[in-house]
Amino acid sequence: MLSLDQIKLRIEQAVPGARVELVPNGALADQASLWLDAAHAVECARFLRETPDLSFDYASNVTGVDWPDTTVKTKVKKVVEGQETDVEESVVKPGFLEAVYHLYSMTRKHGPLVIRLRTANRTDSVRLPSFTPVWRGAEFQEREIFDLFGIVFDGHPDLRRLLMWDGFQDHPMRKDYVEPDDYEYEPTPHDEVLEKAQSRAAKEANA
Amino acid sequence: MDEGLRNELSKAGVFTTSLSELYNWGQKNSLWPLQFGLACCAIEMIAASMARFDIARFGAEVFRPSPRQADLMIVAGTVTKKMAPQVVRLYNQMPEPKFVIAMGACAISGGPFKQGYNVLKGIDRYIPVDVHIPGCPPRPEALLHALMTLQKKIEEQSLTGINRPRQMDPNQTGEFPIPTFGAHDLEPPSNPEVWRPIKIDRGS
Amino acid sequence: MTDSAYTLLVVFLGMAVAFAAAPLAIAWLWSKRFAPRKPGTVKKDVYECGLESSTKNWVQFKSDYYLYGILFLVFDIETVFLLPFAVSFKSLPIGAVVAMLVFLLLLVEGLVWAWRKGVLNWK
Repeated sequence: MLSLDQIKLRIEQAVPGARVELVPNGALADQASLWLDAAHAVECARFLRETPDLSFDYASNVTGVDWPDTTVKTKVKKVVEGQETDVEESVVKPGFLEAVYHLYSMTRKHGPLVIRLRTANRTDSVRLPSFTPVWRGAEFQEREIFDLFGIVFDGHPDLRRLLMWDGFQDHPMRKDYVEPDDYEYEPTPHDEVLEKAQSRAAKEANA
Repeated sequence: MDEGLRNELSKAGVFTTSLSELYNWGQKNSLWPLQFGLACCAIEMIAASMARFDIARFGAEVFRPSPRQADLMIVAGTVTKKMAPQVVRLYNQMPEPKFVIAMGACAISGGPFKQGYNVLKGIDRYIPVDVHIPGCPPRPEALLHALMTLQKKIEEQSLTGINRPRQMDPNQTGEFPIPTFGAHDLEPPSNPEVWRPIKIDRGS
Repeated sequence: MTDSAYTLLVVFLGMAVAFAAAPLAIAWLWSKRFAPRKPGTVKKDVYECGLESSTKNWVQFKSDYYLYGILFLVFDIETVFLLPFAVSFKSLPIGAVVAMLVFLLLLVEGLVWAWRKGVLNWK
C-alpha cells in the first residue's frame, strides 16, 4: 500500500478542492489516519474505491467517536495597566463527533486505511455525508452510529435507529449520556455502582 | 390423612392419595416449556434438552413453539429493553398455570451488562419469577436443578385456601401490564405489583 | 339371539362414548371448581411471536394455487410409472412401450389443455 502521505497527495490531485489532513496517532499502535473534509468526502471515497492501484473496495468497520468540549488553559502575556503580566486564559475548544471508517482492498490485498469525518460541533450541526452509496456494507453501521452517537448521514438510503427503539431520544454512546436511574436494588455494589446506589437511596430518603 | 395410617396401608398394598396430590403430581411431571432463547443461556438450555442431560427425564422435553400450549417460560439470556415488552406479552399469552424460570445472570439482574444502556436489569421487574438461576451461563445441571426446585414448589401447592397459587385464585390476574417504549427508558421502569425490591440500608 | 347381539353393540357404543366424554367432563368440572377462567385482551390477542400484530389477522389466501397442485399430479404420476418402466425397459416387449407412450400422451394432453386455457398464468 502507498503511504498515507502519498494517498493524501493522490486524493488532493484527483479531487480538486478537497482538504485532507493527516491525523497522527500517539498511541502504541501508531496507526495514523486521514481526515477528509465533509464537503468532498464522497468524491474522495469514490476515488479511493475506484482507482485501480488503491481499490479500497471493502469498508470493514465503521464506528463513531465522541469528542466532548475541552477547555484549554494557556498563559498569555498581557499588558494590564502598563505592566506586562502573565494571565491565564481558558479557551473552550468545541467538541465534535467523528465517524471512522476502516478500509481494506480485497483485490489488491492491502489495508487498513483509516479515514475520519468530523462534524462541526456536537449539538446542532451533526450532519455528515453517507458512504453507503459507495460501500453498501456501511449501511447498518452508519445506522448504528446515527442511533448511538446522533450523527445524521446525508444520502443514507434508510436512516433509522438500529439498536434502540424509534421513540428513544438519547444517544447512549455520547460521553454526556445520562442513563435512567434504576439503581434501587443493588445487593453487592462497588465503585461506580455503589455511588449510584447511594445517590438513589439518598434521593428516596429525601422524598 | 394421617401419615402413619398411610404407611400402614401402603405396606398392606393399598395406595392412597388426595386429589391435590394427584393433580400436583400430574402438573409437575408435564411442564412444557416455551421454546425461545434470548442469548447464550439458550445454548445451555438446548444442551439440557439433548441426550446427555435429557430434560425429558422430568417430563419437560416438549418445547412448544406457541405460548398457547406452554406452561413454563425459561427466560434464557439477556433481556434487552427492546425485547422486554415481547417477553411480557408472550408471558401474558400463556394460559394458566404458568411458571417462569429466570436463567442466568442477565435474566435475573442484568448480569455483566447491568450498566449498559439497553439491558433490562432482571425480568422479575415485570413478571413474577418462580425460580432464579445464577450463572453465566448456568450449566445444564443448574437448569435441571431449577426445574426440580419448581417441581417441589408445585408439589406443595394447595388447591384451596388462602395460600393457593395465583392461577387458582379467581381474583388474581394472569396478565401483567406490558411496558411501552418511552423517550429515555421503558415506561414504567418496573411493575411495582410484581417487583418489590428489599430496602438496603446504605448507612449515611 | 339376534336381539342380544345388538344389545352388546349398543353397550359397546355407550361405553365408547362414555370413555371419550368422561375425561372431557372431568376436565370441565375441574376447571369450574379449581381453575377459574381468566380471559384478557392481551391473552386472547393474535400470537405473533410476542409482537403486537400490525395488520388484520383474517387475511384471505388465494385458492388459485390448487390448480398448480393438481397439475403437479401429472408429473407426479408420470414419475411413479416411468421409473419402474425405465428400470425394466430392456426386457419389455414393444407393446409395453406403445402402452407407455399412450399413457404419457394422455397425461401430456391434459397438461396442454390446461396450459392453453391459461391456468398456468398467475393472476
